[in-house]
Amino acid sequence: MGNENAPLLEMKNIKKDFFGNQVLSDINLTLQAGQVLGLCGENGAGKSTLMKILFGMDVIRETGGYEGDILINGEKATFNTPFEALEAGIGMVHQEFSLIPGFTATENILLNRESQNRRLLSEIFGERLNTLDFADMKEKAEKAIDKMGFHIDADMPINRMPVGHKQFTEIARELSKEQLKLLILDEPTAVLTEKEAEALLQSIRTMAEKGIAVVFITHRLHEILAVCDKVIVMRDGYVVSDVPASETDVAQITRNMVGRSVESSARAEVRDFSGAKDIMSIRKLWVDMSGETVRNVNLDIKEGEILGIGGLAGQGKLGIPNGIMGLCEAGGEVTFEGEKIELNNPRKCLDANLAFVSEDRREVGLLLDESLEWNVAFPAMQIQDKFLKKYLGGLIKWRDDKAIHEVTQKYIDEFMVKCTSSKQKAKELSGGNQQKICLAKAFALNPKFLFVSEPTRGIDVGAKSLVLNAIKKYNQEKGATVVVISSELEELRQTCDRIAIISGGKVAGILPATASSEEFGMLMVSQVK
Amino acid sequence: MQEKKITGKKLLGLLRDNSVPLMFVIICAICIPISGFSPSYLLNEIVTRVGRNTFLILCLLIPIIAGMGLNFGMTLGAMAGEIGLILVSDWQIWGIPGMILAMIISIPISVLLGTFCGKILNMAKGREMVTSYIISYFINGVYQLVVLYMMGKIIPIKHFSIKLPRGYGIRNTVSLLNMRQHLDNLLAINIKGVKIPVLTFIIIALLCVFITWFKKTKLGQDMRAVGQDMQVAKDAGIDVERTRIISIVMSTVMAGFGMIIYLQNMGNISTYSSHSQIGMFCIAALLVGGASVDKASIGNVFLGVTLFHLMFIVAPAAGAHITGDSMIGEYFRVFVSYGVITVALTMYETKKRKMKSRAGQQLEEDQRKEEAEANE
Amino acid sequence: MNEKVTFKDKLKEKVESFGLPRLIIAGFLLLLFILSPFVGADLPTQFTNTINRFSWNAIMVLAMVPMVHSGCGLNFGLPLGIISGLLGATLSIEFGFTGAFSFVGAILIATPIALLLGSAYGWLLNKIKGGEMMIATYVGFSSVSFMCMMWLLLPYHSPNMVWGLAGKGLRTTISLEGYYNQVLAKFLQINIGNLSIPTGTLLFFALLAFLMWAFLHTKTGTAMTAVGSNPVFAKAAGVNVDKSRLLSVMMSTWLAAIGILVYEQGFGFIQLYMAPFYMALPAVSAILIGGASVNKASITNVIIGTFLFQGIVTMTPTVMNSMIHMDMSEVIRIVVSNGMILYALTRKTEGGKK
Repeated sequence: MGNENAPLLEMKNIKKDFFGNQVLSDINLTLQAGQVLGLCGENGAGKSTLMKILFGMDVIRETGGYEGDILINGEKATFNTPFEALEAGIGMVHQEFSLIPGFTATENILLNRESQNRRLLSEIFGERLNTLDFADMKEKAEKAIDKMGFHIDADMPINRMPVGHKQFTEIARELSKEQLKLLILDEPTAVLTEKEAEALLQSIRTMAEKGIAVVFITHRLHEILAVCDKVIVMRDGYVVSDVPASETDVAQITRNMVGRSVESSARAEVRDFSGAKDIMSIRKLWVDMSGETVRNVNLDIKEGEILGIGGLAGQGKLGIPNGIMGLCEAGGEVTFEGEKIELNNPRKCLDANLAFVSEDRREVGLLLDESLEWNVAFPAMQIQDKFLKKYLGGLIKWRDDKAIHEVTQKYIDEFMVKCTSSKQKAKELSGGNQQKICLAKAFALNPKFLFVSEPTRGIDVGAKSLVLNAIKKYNQEKGATVVVISSELEELRQTCDRIAIISGGKVAGILPATASSEEFGMLMVSQVK
Repeated sequence: MQEKKITGKKLLGLLRDNSVPLMFVIICAICIPISGFSPSYLLNEIVTRVGRNTFLILCLLIPIIAGMGLNFGMTLGAMAGEIGLILVSDWQIWGIPGMILAMIISIPISVLLGTFCGKILNMAKGREMVTSYIISYFINGVYQLVVLYMMGKIIPIKHFSIKLPRGYGIRNTVSLLNMRQHLDNLLAINIKGVKIPVLTFIIIALLCVFITWFKKTKLGQDMRAVGQDMQVAKDAGIDVERTRIISIVMSTVMAGFGMIIYLQNMGNISTYSSHSQIGMFCIAALLVGGASVDKASIGNVFLGVTLFHLMFIVAPAAGAHITGDSMIGEYFRVFVSYGVITVALTMYETKKRKMKSRAGQQLEEDQRKEEAEANE
Repeated sequence: MNEKVTFKDKLKEKVESFGLPRLIIAGFLLLLFILSPFVGADLPTQFTNTINRFSWNAIMVLAMVPMVHSGCGLNFGLPLGIISGLLGATLSIEFGFTGAFSFVGAILIATPIALLLGSAYGWLLNKIKGGEMMIATYVGFSSVSFMCMMWLLLPYHSPNMVWGLAGKGLRTTISLEGYYNQVLAKFLQINIGNLSIPTGTLLFFALLAFLMWAFLHTKTGTAMTAVGSNPVFAKAAGVNVDKSRLLSVMMSTWLAAIGILVYEQGFGFIQLYMAPFYMALPAVSAILIGGASVNKASITNVIIGTFLFQGIVTMTPTVMNSMIHMDMSEVIRIVVSNGMILYALTRKTEGGKK
């Protein structure tokens, strides 16, 4: 079958768009058996989408499929489900664990592929009444663990394992599949300790020696250089470089990852606030937000500035506003205008005239089932007693639907929100218009200090510039301090005065928006101790 | 010193985890002397009740394995078993053959009802318990429609001893006198006045063996996987929906058999009420044995059935002794059954939430450690 | 051709927004009303019965509204409130109130009890967010069975209430003759031939419904609705979610207490012991028939739902009996009410609920 000399995997002219939004354009790559490919790029560069296409994930088919060809051993292949990809010898270890907590490593490694003994009852009632052959399962699991080269206890239940061992269990599961030829590892070292990460690199080398090709996605560039045969850097849906690992270095990869040549894209007039007083000081902040843990952050924010907080996904930048505003459990010390703010209590922050536009519009930002009017006016009504008519000397606080309508209409006109009326339900709006409503909600509070988290996530270009301009305008006109948290560095550079980069849950550094892309890139991939 | 602390903590945790059974041990310990029953009487009663109820309680285990919580829908199986018994008693087939035939009749009905229940529960993931609880009421209505109106009109019923005088519908009580304790008496032995229904116990033992064996089958493994994480199981290629339906169907069929064993011991069917309380009592018994919504073992079943029924026997007598009113004890045991379910459900839900808040404390500790290291 | 399609679509949309089960039930009730003259039932009498039962039950259905609004789900723990009402009723009689005063007395005594029990119940429900409905059911059951013991043990002495022979322990049913029997219904009662309308009871319900409507328009009421719609949003907007939920549970419990008192004044008897046991289910299914879902309910839902539900309960026995000489009303009631609850439980809850 197939051409002996053909590469194990070839992807030709892969294109993919999500509802007209081009996320992959003309991707070409080849991979030989036993080769290790390092894949890097910023968030949103298209790495995950590319891997999802290769692995036949449902989301690709549901959003209209892709263009281009995937060739396995020189033969065209189309995977409609992950199971078909598995059949063809492709395995993938996802960022989120896919393990059954109460099962042992063995049971998880062989989940739904258990060794079975036929029994009399199964002749009558079908194969699902076969008993499991635990001895054989253990043997198979241990073989897979040996193949991996890192020892984990095959009899230990997952929920008692350290997090790194869980990661290795997942890898062993893929290795236990006889047909495995290509293994995709999506940021496997993110949860590992340094020692474990080193062991993982070693086991990648072992796998490669046994003829398994590996696609290794990571933000830790030295790992890529240590283990990969070749490195592909992606940016904005394009492959920007495809070179042998021996011919590149961290600086060059970083440059390729972030490096748009457009230095001028920084904000035209970056203001200097170094003389201004600190409006907020953050000390020793920790935040427990799943996937965005914050550890020991110290940060001072100047009055009147727009501060950007950037960094790669999962490094903890989102945890900062969510922790301060009391939505995630947090500890440490935050002072605002010289006074300490009680953490884990959203009301206290709001009373101090802080406001927050959440990155999670659907779960946190909006009342999806209610009208736009309610969405815009609700926080201001609850916190500042706006839009209320008072009777009996304030004993009865009656909702003033007319005032609510007026203020909503004002923002709808100002932000050009596309809706049938201010009575329309929030869930019926498009993402961009929902984001505008979220902003309106925060502005209605007239805050002195505003957190805006991922203001442009998942919205179209027109809405993007409108939202960013509205933030800038609010900052200028009201003199309010704004902190913008975003994964898109360019966007931060266009909007902010200073940008803090978060890596590994800590502040890696703060630079003026005029600093070069490489400088930011180095901070993003740096390891803060 | 530190070791002592740890063992102390462990002991406390152990006490907390088993608080429900312990509470029952205490209640029984107080009530037994007050009730004034002789030990041999108590033993006799307990043995009878263990034989009568255990099979029914065991049928709750499989849906728990599959992560569907306490199956309040076991009532459906009980109704199927009753329909089987009503039909065989109309056909005048008595004794063990009658029981076996009733079981055979109950199987298709149970499978049908179980599939219906499973399908509905798949539509209401995350609130299986309250849904299965309402299903039991809903099917009770359908059961009444069948037994009260269709039997005798559409489904032929010959015998007037079980038919209502008006010509259709089944009487409130159907006597199973010719079947009464036939199973229990076969091979029964008598040790010092305590009658032991050996055959019934053998059947229960067989079911226990079956359940233990079943857990080791492919299907059992799949159910455990589905029970712990539906998404992961689905990603691994397990047919989650079907597995869940099978678990409910198995539970329903077993409940049907259990009901037939239960009723042959009682010797009559209360046509319209036998099944309605059975679900609640079985669930309460299981929880008394220390089981929770997501974890239950055969050991929980036996401990539960013993403690619960001991309380059931002694509470009314003890209540009558203390207050001079026999009804107090009756109400007390009903209160305890409901109360124990409330407590067990509450403990389960609060535990689920406690797990979540632990991660934050861990972080704080880590940070402190890190700082201490940096200071050194 | 084209128009036909749009008409069909429009019809479909209408049906969907109204809810198919609700449409079937409304159609069924209409059919019963149309059929009743043909089978020899007197329409005005039937209508009077329906209106009467509506007036007895509407407040207990109204009690569902606050908890649905705050996201606590359907209040299967209604018996807890009913028990507060029963304590109020029996204590009022025990203290020697008679006539209309006994009703006022009952309300005054029931109120603090309901608020106390309601706050304990609300505190419990705040500890077990996500599992409210199942635990609510069992809180209701446990409290009813606990009170069964209490009715026997509490030192009541009024000869109208305790067992004649023993001289202690309350009877299972207590007649309200001479106390507050029909006290609301008789107020401004309208009688035209066989038709009689209990104006006072309806007005009392209207008053409470208006207060509920008004409450939902205040700042606190708005916060409650937001908590039910999306608790995380409400938290982010500085609302104390637990406090809002607690308030809703207390309101629901109090309304249930008042509801049972109104029910008793119409029915003419206090029913103790196991009677409150199954009172939650009819109220739950009534509001669902009225078009409410697990997390959305309005006053209109209450009115439509109670009318449809009670209409079916009163009409089916007479009409069915005369038509096929079989009284299947009980079975129909069980199947319809529980079927409705099942329908609501299996529908996916919309919006920002995890």
